[in-house]
Amino acid sequence: MTPKNEQDLARMVAEADGPLRIMGGGTRPIGRATGAALSLAGMAGITLYEPGALTLVAKAGTPLAEVQARLAAENQRLAFEPMDHRALLGTSGEPTIGGMVAANVSGPRRITVGACRDFMLGVRFVDGAGNIIKNGGRVMKNVTGYDLVKLLCGSYGTLGVLTEVSLKVLPDVQTQATLVLDGLDDATAVAALAAAMSSPFEVTGAAHDPAAGRTMLRLEGFAASVAYRAQALAGVVAPFGSATVLDDKAASAALWAAIRDVTAFAGQQGCVWRLSVKASDAPALVAKAGARAVVYDWAGGLVWLLADGDLRTRLGDFKGHATLIRGQAHVPVFQPESAPVAALSAGLRAKFDPRGIFNPGMIG
Amino acid sequence: MQMPQPNAGVLSRKDQIVARLAAVLPPDALMSDIAETRAYECDALTAYRCPPLAVVLPSTTEQVSAVLKICHDMGVPVVPRGSGTSLAGGALPTADCVILGVARMTQVIETNYPDRYIRVQTGRTNLSVTGAVEADGFFYAPDPSSQLACAIAGNIAMNSGGAHCLKYGVTTNNLLGVTLVTMDGTVMDIGGAHMDAGGLDLLGVICGSEGQLGVVTEATLRILPKPEGARPVLMGYDSSEVAGQVVTDIIKAGILPVAIEFMDRPCIEATEAFAKAGYPICEALLIVEVEGSPAEIDAQLALIMQIARSHNPVELREAKDADEAGRIWLGRKSAFGAMGQINDYMCLDGTIPVSALPYVLRRIGEMSKEYGLGVGNVFHAGDGNMHPLILFDANKPGDLELCEAFGADILRLCVEVGGCLTGEHGVGIEKRDLMHVQFATADLEAQMAVKDVFDPGWLLNAAKVFPLDSSAPRRAA
Repeated sequence: MTPKNEQDLARMVAEADGPLRIMGGGTRPIGRATGAALSLAGMAGITLYEPGALTLVAKAGTPLAEVQARLAAENQRLAFEPMDHRALLGTSGEPTIGGMVAANVSGPRRITVGACRDFMLGVRFVDGAGNIIKNGGRVMKNVTGYDLVKLLCGSYGTLGVLTEVSLKVLPDVQTQATLVLDGLDDATAVAALAAAMSSPFEVTGAAHDPAAGRTMLRLEGFAASVAYRAQALAGVVAPFGSATVLDDKAASAALWAAIRDVTAFAGQQGCVWRLSVKASDAPALVAKAGARAVVYDWAGGLVWLLADGDLRTRLGDFKGHATLIRGQAHVPVFQPESAPVAALSAGLRAKFDPRGIFNPGMIG
Repeated sequence: MQMPQPNAGVLSRKDQIVARLAAVLPPDALMSDIAETRAYECDALTAYRCPPLAVVLPSTTEQVSAVLKICHDMGVPVVPRGSGTSLAGGALPTADCVILGVARMTQVIETNYPDRYIRVQTGRTNLSVTGAVEADGFFYAPDPSSQLACAIAGNIAMNSGGAHCLKYGVTTNNLLGVTLVTMDGTVMDIGGAHMDAGGLDLLGVICGSEGQLGVVTEATLRILPKPEGARPVLMGYDSSEVAGQVVTDIIKAGILPVAIEFMDRPCIEATEAFAKAGYPICEALLIVEVEGSPAEIDAQLALIMQIARSHNPVELREAKDADEAGRIWLGRKSAFGAMGQINDYMCLDGTIPVSALPYVLRRIGEMSKEYGLGVGNVFHAGDGNMHPLILFDANKPGDLELCEAFGADILRLCVEVGGCLTGEHGVGIEKRDLMHVQFATADLEAQMAVKDVFDPGWLLNAAKVFPLDSSAPRRAA
């Protein structure tokens, strides 16, 4: 099914007699949804872009590349830096803005500026009964009624089919540079990243790649400011090692694109886990994980692990969540929730999708 | 303002309800005498008052849970309350309700600098969260004007913003986790010191739900390292159109100031008379603040000044030191007080797309003449969050009603140009009956369905947010 507009979609959902598997670009097959494919490819296009108001509205099926090109022409960007899953998951096709929102996809800059959900201003969606619903809007401050925008963002299509999303965008930067520390062990690296994040120098990327032996800190902005902060930040992390500064904009950007897309794991066989924890907990958890490869992002708050089998059991009782992004480990894809939270989540899914037809089997 | 009829059955069982509450609370944490409960009859929307059935002031999550369980069992409505600074009537009681105040829950539970968070009980005031970490070089970013008094619980309920949210976001962007107690007394942790939800983003919908989904007793908040410094510039223009263009040009130049504040002529005049900040008397005044090291600030301000000059300002003043910076902010920070010196006022907070600013200001000016009530505009210009202050005389019969009608027209205008009814104060009772202007029935049903899941009996703060006719079938059930 490929509806052409919202009314089309609402009718198809209302008349559906079985489960629907909701598809954006099909580049992020995370979770195990079953059902007839429902593609949003027929509902695409940027409907509003006001650079002076930092606002963009697009239909859900709009290719992300189209949005990014349009923003780049005005020297703006999606500041949360959505990851491209294609290399890691071995998928092809074009990521869509709706898919990005449904999976709340962010990147390294998330640690400083927030996640996709933090940039969401509004949504339109069709619920499981075929009702067309709007929430939020196109303005940056809005507390009018409940924030269903955040509830829908990251719901993996289980509450409704997104038809249009409205986002806050930000100015792009003049340049960027990366400070690199070599040869730190994981615990020292995470401590160095924490020290950098606690400085006033506005670090917008904080990653550690143990295989490459590199600990990286990104600075962005006007050239003079980046140069000043690079020097100051090198002083902050001096107790952990001597930092070299990569001040070539393209080379620095390439480094962070590789962290964002976890290209270190691309082409390697096995399960891929995405672990979100308190950063300072990460090294000890990784020591228990039995992983073949690890990449730390978000100063250690996000850990990518190439690890087969039931990672959660090996980690024991930890605070955070582990999501199985790729592979089959015979365990739930999403972190099991506590009983009261699971009851609320199940209750919400039953309200928004009473027949349970949206992406059944995906979450919970 | 219409409120639902109090439940006669609940009123008649007051003694039993109070007795059961007394069994789970220390004696000084329960009030049921009218002489004591009257202190809780309103919040900062003082035009509406109603003493509650009883007031409880628990100190722990366990006590909150016990109170809610009793009220749930006995079918007693509960209105949660932070510090009572809501401008929207979010904490207005009903005669049959128990006010659950978190004012005694002020502890800092954990401070963690390596991971940059603080965990507090939610009765703690906004400013004292920053107070707990500033000696170590950190701060909590959301800064509502009432930050000296307002509680984190209320900030979470209303998803409060502030002057600096253009850069740092509002409460929801700085909230990592909560301990939530639902109406049946169930205690649960949602989120934590880690980032982003694993399943549905319940934290996202709890924040801003105006105390209707549960009582948040503890919160994990993101703290940030203090910037090296900050400095404002002040600029005055002959028209709001030009000032609006300056804001757009600054943003399009790739600069993201921490604050862009706008004041119009009536507001400037009132402020000058009151605070004597030395503002130019003109149509539109902008205060733009940037952060960083002294050299970075110089560089950013040079760009901003260049843009400002290209639009022929009537005044352009760059703060050279902390004293001058203080003088630039002085008038803005006393604006509400200044307007209050002239008259009673009602403060609105609709948001509009920044591009609609000149049109909206012109229309507000026209409506001001039609209604015969003065209005001054203070405005977070970077994000379109307006604060029209409508002046009226509370002692003049009919003036409050006229002011409310004028306010409703302004909010309809905000929605008409693509904005919303409230940017940071919340709906409460104040904007409740205007929700139909912004939302269709299906939109409101979807929101109310969330409350059905968290609070199936509609006992928590149920007469707020949703128009009474929309929520009636649920409240009656």
